[in-house]
Formats: sequence, C-alpha cells, structure tokens
Amino acid sequence: MLDATAQAGLVGPGALPRGRSLDAFVTTAVWLGAGLIVAVFFWIVGDVFVHGVGGLSWSFLIDSPTHAGRGGGIGPIIVSTGLILTVCMAVSVPLGVGAGAWLAEFCPSTSLLGASVRRSLDMLAGVPSIVFGLFGNAFFCVYLGMGFSILSGGLTLACMVLPILIRSVEQGFGSVPGEHRRSAAALGMTRARTLAHVLLPAATPGLMAGLVLGIGRAMAETAALIFTSGYVDRMPQSLADSGRAMSVHIYDLSMNVAGGEPNAYTTALVLVASLLVINGATSAIGQRWLCGRSRG
Amino acid sequence: MKHVALMGLGLLLVGTVSGCDNATARGTGADKLVITGSSTVAPLVADMAKRFEQAHPGVRVDVQSGGSSRGIADARKGLAHVGMVSRSLKDDESDLYSFTIAIDGVCMIVHASNPIGSLTSRQVVEVYTGEITNWRQLGGPDRPITVVHKAQGRSTLELFLEHFSIHNERVKPSVVIGDNQQGIKTVSGNPYAIGYVSVGSAEYEATHGTPIKLLPMNGVEATVASVAAGSFPLCRQLNLVTPEPSSGLTQRFVDFAQSLAMHDLIAEHSFVPIVHE
Amino acid sequence: MSDKVLAWALRACGIVSGAVVLLIMFFLMQESLPALQRLGLARFFTDASWHPAADASQGRFNITAMVSGTLLTTAGAVLLAAPLGVVSAVFSHYYAPPRVARVHRRLIELLAGIPSVVYGFWGLVSLVPLLNALHPPGQSLLAGIVVLAIMILPTVALLSDAALANVPRSYLDGAAALGLTRWRTVWGVALPAARSGLFTGVLLATARAVGETMAVLMVCGNVVRLPGSVFDPVRTLTANIALEMAYAMGDHRSALFVSGLTLMGLVVLLVAAAGVFSRERVYA
Repeated sequence: MLDATAQAGLVGPGALPRGRSLDAFVTTAVWLGAGLIVAVFFWIVGDVFVHGVGGLSWSFLIDSPTHAGRGGGIGPIIVSTGLILTVCMAVSVPLGVGAGAWLAEFCPSTSLLGASVRRSLDMLAGVPSIVFGLFGNAFFCVYLGMGFSILSGGLTLACMVLPILIRSVEQGFGSVPGEHRRSAAALGMTRARTLAHVLLPAATPGLMAGLVLGIGRAMAETAALIFTSGYVDRMPQSLADSGRAMSVHIYDLSMNVAGGEPNAYTTALVLVASLLVINGATSAIGQRWLCGRSRG
Repeated sequence: MKHVALMGLGLLLVGTVSGCDNATARGTGADKLVITGSSTVAPLVADMAKRFEQAHPGVRVDVQSGGSSRGIADARKGLAHVGMVSRSLKDDESDLYSFTIAIDGVCMIVHASNPIGSLTSRQVVEVYTGEITNWRQLGGPDRPITVVHKAQGRSTLELFLEHFSIHNERVKPSVVIGDNQQGIKTVSGNPYAIGYVSVGSAEYEATHGTPIKLLPMNGVEATVASVAAGSFPLCRQLNLVTPEPSSGLTQRFVDFAQSLAMHDLIAEHSFVPIVHE
Repeated sequence: MSDKVLAWALRACGIVSGAVVLLIMFFLMQESLPALQRLGLARFFTDASWHPAADASQGRFNITAMVSGTLLTTAGAVLLAAPLGVVSAVFSHYYAPPRVARVHRRLIELLAGIPSVVYGFWGLVSLVPLLNALHPPGQSLLAGIVVLAIMILPTVALLSDAALANVPRSYLDGAAALGLTRWRTVWGVALPAARSGLFTGVLLATARAVGETMAVLMVCGNVVRLPGSVFDPVRTLTANIALEMAYAMGDHRSALFVSGLTLMGLVVLLVAAAGVFSRERVYA
C-alpha cells in the first residue's frame, strides 16, 4: 500500500500534500521503530548491568576463579577469550577478505566454482553452533591432534564467522561503481593496485560491518567452544593450552553451578563492555585506514 | 594483505599435514591428566583438580565438560584418562571401571507461592501422565499445571521414570528442559509449574532466596541431610570412570577424589559425600 | 605483486572457505550414517513419535515436528526482524542526526555480541513470565520468535546499514534535485539501489536463526509436538541436538546427527528458494 502511494507521489505533482502527510507518518514510524530497538536494547543490557555491576571490581578482572566460579574473578578467562578471538580473526580476516575479493572481482559471474563457493558459504552460515562444536572437536582436536586448545577453539570460530565476513566484504566490493575500475584501468594500474587502493577502501563499510558482526558472533559463542577450547579456567601458557571463554563461563555458571548467577551477570557485563571497546577500536582503525588509503 | 592471507592458508595447511600423527591424551606426557564428561559433575571435579594440582606441583589436570556420554566415549577411546558420569554404569558399559565420588538426590519442586505442601507418588504420576491437569484437582488454585520434564537420556529423567514406574511415552510435558538450573529458573518464574531437579541445587537456591519449594517424597523431607542419611528414596551416583584398572597418576587422582579431604568441596557443591570403608 | 599470483592466492582463499562446509558435511554424514543404515531415511518421517533409544529397534525417530518447529520459529523471527532491521538502517542513514545515528549504530553492534546464553537467560527470566501470565506455560513458539528476532536483528540492521552506505551519493542528490520527500527518496531510490545488500543481510540472518541453539532451547519449551497456536511449546532441530547429545549413545547419538543433516538440508532449500524468489541475481 505504501508502495502504491509512494509511486503515485513520484508520478503526479498533484499528490504532493498527501505525500507530505505520508512523509510525516513514515518519519514517526521510523523513529518509533528505532525507539523500539533501543528500548529492547536497554531492557536486556540494563538487566545485565543492574545484576552485574555489583560484583564488578578490579580484583574481579584479574583474579582466578574459585569455588567453580562462584568466587574469585575471571582474569584467566579474559586472557583466554582474547587469545581465542585473536586466533579466530588472524585466520578468518585475511581468508575472508581474500575470498570476498575473489568472489566479487576475479570470479566471472558465470563461474561454476564461484557459484558453488557461494552456495557453500550460505550453507555454512546456517550450520548450528553445536554442530560446529562437534565438528571442531572431531577435526581440530582429535584428527589434527590439537587437543582441547585455544588454537582449536579459534580455528573453529574462524570457520563459523567466515560466511559473515566473506559475504559482507563481497557486498562491499559489489557496490563499488564500475567506473572506478575502468578509471583505474585507464590510469594503467594493475589489478592488484586497483584492489588495494581503489576497491578495498570503497569496500570498507561492508568489511567493517562484517568484522563487527564476526567479532560479536565469536565473542558470543558458547556451544562451539565447550567442545574445542574447553573448560579449563587456568591461566593459559600457550595457544596449545585449553582455555575457558567468557561465554562458556557464563553458560556454566548459569546452567550448572547453583548460586553462580551473580558472577554470570558480572561476566556478561565485562563481555559487553569489552565488546564496546573492541568495536570502537575496530571502527577507529577502519576509519583511519580508509582515509589513508583513499589519499594514497 | 596478501601475505597475511597466505599465512592463514599456510596455518591451515600445516594443520592438515600435522594431522597424520593422531596424538591422544594418553600420549601427551605423564604429568597431565585429562578428564571429560558430565556437565553436572564438571564444576566439582574442576575444583578437586585445583587442589590436586596444589598438592602435586608439576602435575596438570585439565577438566572438560560436555555430557556423560562424552565422558564414557572419551574414556573408551583414550581421549581422556578419566570420564565423569552422573549416573551408574549400564550393563553394556561394564568394560569401564567406575568410582563413586558423591551422591545426589532428585526431588520434586514447585513455586514457593504454591499452597500444595506435598504430593503422593500416585498424584505425581497422574500429573505427569496428564490425568491431572489443573491444580484445583489437587486442592490448589484453579490454574492449569505446567509440567516441567527433562530431555531424553538425562540421568535425572531416567531415575525419575524408574522411581515412579512411568513409561516416558506416557508423559505429557508442558516444557522440556536440559540442565538443572534451567529447571529451577523455569519453576521459579512460573507460579503454577512443577518439576524435578537435584536436591542439592534446589536446597541451595531455596535458601538463597529463589522462590521454589522442595516437596517431600514418601514423607521424607527433601534435604541434603536426608540424602546423606540414606533415607531419601530418589538418589543417583556421581562417578568417575576409567578404561582400565587405574594406575599411576590416574589412581592417585581417583583416590584423592574419593578421600575424606574432598568432603568439604562436595558439600560446597551441594552434593553428598559418601564414606568409603 | 603480480596480478597472476594475486588472482591465484585469492582463488585459494575462496576454495579453502568453500571447502570448510564440505568438511562439515562429510563429518555430519559420517556420524549419521549408522542411523541412516539401521533405520533408513523414511523412519525419520513416518515413525509415530520422537522417543529415541540407543538401540534403533526400540526407539521411535520422527523428526517432522522438530522440522516444523525450526521453520515456524525462523519464519516468525525473520518476519519480525527483517522490516525492523531495515527500518533501523534507514533511521541511522536518513532520519537521525549524525550523532544519534552513531550511538544507535554502536548499540546495535553491542546487541550483536551478546552471548546467546544471555538472550536465553533474559528470555527465561523476563519474557517468559510475562507470556505465562498471558497464556501458560509461557515457554512457547512466541517466546522463541521474539528472542530469535532480537538476536538476528543486528545482522539485518548492520548489513542493511552497510548496503545503504554504498548507495551512490549522486542518486540521492538526483532525488533531492527532483524535490522528492525524504520517504520517497528512501523508498523509491535508496532501498531499490541497496536491494542486493538488504537481501544478503536477510539471508544471513535467516541462516543464523535456523542455526541458533542456546537461546531457543531456553525459551521454546522443547516439547516435541506440532504447535496448535503461538502459545504452545515447540522444539527446534538445534535444541534437539543440544538437549540430547550430552547423554545420547549409539543409534540415538547418530540420529541426532541426522537432525543436524536435516538442518543443513533445510538451509540448502532456503538458499535455493531465495534464489528463485528474488528476480534479481542474489549476488550483485
């Protein structure tokens, strides 16, 4: 219905007053929609904040957990989470940007290989996290002999965030106007230089959206990590050690430990806060990189 | 960018090549013990492991969660030295050796505001098989009963069905849950729900302000004390299992877990220690 | 660096990424093969109910109720989240003052990183009691739809946001020169131009909804039965795996992997259907 009205408005100037009131109506609706999202956000995060802020202290951030997590802090767990995330991103970002660039720029639209890779990625996006966990356990931990380790966990997560990264990178490239490429070619730039200096900067919004979603997904993941990076809450010595991620800690405290709820909430609060920091840093770096590249 | 991409690719390839040597847990050194299995037992054993590490410098005990079936499978395959299982071993699992470390009771719980003080076994059966669907039929308010049931295969479920001699296919649940704490949260958030959970966790939560009420069973109060006294009718074992008669480090850990020194930890986790002769 | 080397390196990235799903498929098939051999595919759809057992001959293995559970929760969540997500992106691009837009975007990024356990927790403690007062037991299809919708909302919103960011400035300037109102610019110019990006976002969100496990498990009630209304409990395929895998042995365990395989099949169908329904090439 809105469609018809809008179309009519586009055609006839006589519809202008009606269009104005429609415009006012839609503006209200859009603000209401955004307000609804913000309200839900504050409901959930507010819930976490109210329950979690009481337990927050400096020692909570650096101490080791005691009494199965009911006491002590989450120091080693923060370190493990950081390491898992680093492994995940170190593998998935280059792979994702590479694959995205290939799909968007180098792979002809008729290519069977390209089409099958895209289909595979769409399927990958729908694999439930628990299946990732069981697969990661069978493949990385057992078959590749990495055991329960931060490496296994990070690699499993990398498989998991790949579709999000690749599709948003590809999307970013796809939206660069063809004339950019033609102008670059006319200037005699190689495809590699075009990619690095013209296309990548233009594709940054897509890449950033993918990165933020990927990091969020990785930080939030529980089921895939229980079976791969594991449950040990000791301070990890190397990437080959098992380490408990924050989300696993939250899950265990809330589902298996009687009286674990207060610390589960505080851990959730720390997780949300660190996400705020990571996301902020990501977009700051993204912006700077974007500016530097487009000038260069 | 490309170099990083190649590095990532290289990492994957290296991983694939290194896959040829199938390292198992048992091969990773004499000073490391891997324990996997039941998520109910894991927090307790993780705490035990920390004490064991303190008492034996240089030894590392890694505890992994993931379910009783994982504990059994990993112990059999040699992926773990010790498995954790929250039930007694079945007939077809007699190839494993089991060591009981604690006992856990299972009791019925309702919301704290529920006026019902006790239910007979017959009433419980009728509620779970759908013959009674309203609290009015039990002398309570005129509200439909929310029947909270456990998922297939869970050891508390098997214990519950066996005790009340109900066939699982006759049960008409309103809600099916997984872990213990989920059951407690479901009942505490719904004034007209009934469920069955671990006595220890329920008692802990009830004394810490969660609005749930533990119902006595066959006239025996549902408390950790009555489970410890052996008078509570519905109990399960929490076991460690090993693939062979244990020796060396494994033996030392199993002995340690069964020792008197662990009783305070077991009590802290709301389970009941058992005294070995 | 030479173009040829680059092209090959990038192609390698693409192939490795695509191969991951083959590995997972191979793994799933390997694990579900024993059940498929001993039960046959048909029994998963013709058995009387889902009452699995470690021995195939003693159990019943009908998964249709769970397939419908997955489809219903996903459909409901996407119907809620897709319009709202697009509205959110439109809001931060065309309606909100820049500063408000930045804050709004940051909020949604945070929403994307909240663990599903926390969503499930919130659903169980806050949402379910509300629904319970409305119509017991509260743990229901509706609760699942709402929680899932909130979870996939950031995916739709952020990818739509990125898609709108790429609408060429000249299109908008053109619309402004024609004197179009804001809404007509959005509806007639920006959204059509960003169509393929919006579509990718919704597709990824749908896949996420299909695969979501923990939160759904906590709020859906998990009773294996076809729901008569949105207030009835449902069990999804993912919840089925997560609930029972921990204690499943033998053919039961293998049958749970068949659930996983079925889930993959559903995703393939969804992707194929998406390709048919969108006249445009999905991947512009």
